[in-house]
Amino acid sequence: MEVHRRGIEVEGLVREFKEVTAVAGIDLEVAAGEIYGFLGPNGAGKSTTVLMLTTLLPPTRGRATVGGFDIAREGSQVRGVIGAALQEAALDPMLTGREHLQLQATLQGLPRPERKARASNLLDRVGLAEAADRRVGGYSGGMKRRLDLALALVHGPRILFLDEPTTGLDPQSRTALWEEVARLARDEGMTVFLTTQYLEEADVLADRVGIIDRGQIVAEGTPATLKAEVGRPSVEVVPVDPGQIDQAHAALQKFGDCGRNGGGNVTVSLPDGDAQLADVVRALDQADVKLASLNLHAPTLDDVFLAKTGRKLEGSGAGSDSE
Amino acid sequence: MAQAATASSPHGLGLGDPGLTEQVYALARRAFLRVLRQPSQIIFPFIFPMLLFAVNAAGLDAATKIPGFPADDYRDFALAVPFMQGALFTAVNAGTNLARDIETGFLNRLRLTPMKAPALLAGQVGGVIVVGAIQAVTYVLVGLAIGVDFKSGLAGLPVLLALSILISFAFAAIGAFLALKFGTGEAVQGFFPLLFVLVFLSSSSLPRNLIQTDWFQTVATYNPVSYLIEGIRSLIITGWDAEALALGFGVGLAVLAVALTAASFALRSRVGQT
Repeated sequence: MEVHRRGIEVEGLVREFKEVTAVAGIDLEVAAGEIYGFLGPNGAGKSTTVLMLTTLLPPTRGRATVGGFDIAREGSQVRGVIGAALQEAALDPMLTGREHLQLQATLQGLPRPERKARASNLLDRVGLAEAADRRVGGYSGGMKRRLDLALALVHGPRILFLDEPTTGLDPQSRTALWEEVARLARDEGMTVFLTTQYLEEADVLADRVGIIDRGQIVAEGTPATLKAEVGRPSVEVVPVDPGQIDQAHAALQKFGDCGRNGGGNVTVSLPDGDAQLADVVRALDQADVKLASLNLHAPTLDDVFLAKTGRKLEGSGAGSDSE
Repeated sequence: MAQAATASSPHGLGLGDPGLTEQVYALARRAFLRVLRQPSQIIFPFIFPMLLFAVNAAGLDAATKIPGFPADDYRDFALAVPFMQGALFTAVNAGTNLARDIETGFLNRLRLTPMKAPALLAGQVGGVIVVGAIQAVTYVLVGLAIGVDFKSGLAGLPVLLALSILISFAFAAIGAFLALKFGTGEAVQGFFPLLFVLVFLSSSSLPRNLIQTDWFQTVATYNPVSYLIEGIRSLIITGWDAEALALGFGVGLAVLAVALTAASFALRSRVGQT
């Protein structure tokens, strides 16, 4: 593979801090143009991995290449091909959004005549054109995150690292950021390494997901593959007449493990997946069960995390609406 | 931090290797704007030395009657001190601002650019030095307004400003070292009283030969701040004193060299990147 089409390759990467092993020997590969979601709870080792891959922290052991360049021996080349928005939006509250972008453009070596246009273009793209000349100290959390993303894109990197980019954002800002990240990968062929503790984010954005827990990757694959590995979809039916629970239970038993819950509903797993939904409806119809509701539950990445670690993923909900 | 020139990005952006001068200018401009936009970083360095100057000039005027005192008016003698105190504020501002960059992760953002390490130090302290230069001009203007007779004349003013800027540079480098070594604004500000004590334990209030207390005279003699103040003072009350100026510039350059070297090592240790 030519160097300019290389993504990320990691072999046995370890980072120890005195008594603590933050990253305990991970292996992963991210293809060029792929969005890779690195999912895990707080303290799992996500940010430490990003700091190593962006050359900001030397690894204790192991090796990794980013864009074809070794992170330990070719740091300057690595930094030349990456952009990064790290966990905290590192901004100067005293500068305006435009001043940030022009400073970044200067330090990244953009020719002087292109700097203003590039800054304006990026401010437009992340929806900050109107706030461009306001000091960043007055920006909301979402605006800071969008500026952070714009700063990471100033020099047109091939590989983008986003460390928990939507933590603390309201749903609208989160969706807008997801759309921009998806567009970067789809339209510009950018490789994206995204850490998150939000299941939905990994599910929606990532082509492939790596789940990290206590410094080790415990599962890796496409969201669909991972979910398929741990469970089958299930159907929950609620009869209009609670007296028909037994009839519903009897009708659904032929599909597999069938449970009767205290809330007046019956749940059954579908061994052959969603395709059996029509059969379920037909069976209930033939048993003359009138339904108040019928819900199909697909397995989630939370189920995957639970299956792999025995714990639920912390903070896997929608996150706070701090903006 | 240094990086080879990047020919172009995959998106058609013609990237070049930003020169050191351009990087320093961009960072110094940012540091200057940052100070200008924080009124506390402007007001105290201007007001506090002037207040102390006014108090000392009023309270210690009788010192001029001591046989051998080198000035007829204590204000002439004392005007050198605000230049030194202003430099201390410069040190604290430079250090605090750099420490904040470390704390907020802004330094990491800079580390991900092709910025050269010397540009970071020069840029961070450079912007604050501009403020230091403006302070120095203000002190000169205040001196002229209250009738201080600058014995070195008009030709001495640029020399006075040059020495003042050198002192600000040296102390800003100390601030940068403290920030890079300890990484927090609180740690930098914690050193401020210590630096201030250095001014009081110098020849700031009396010429060294007139200090009666032995230990004080010894400390003042070994205290480099004495020679910085005496260099500035010589231009105000003596005229052209080659020895005082040589010692002032020499000590200033020595402090700068030591502080910059220490700051460079601290920067290397802090960034610790590949």
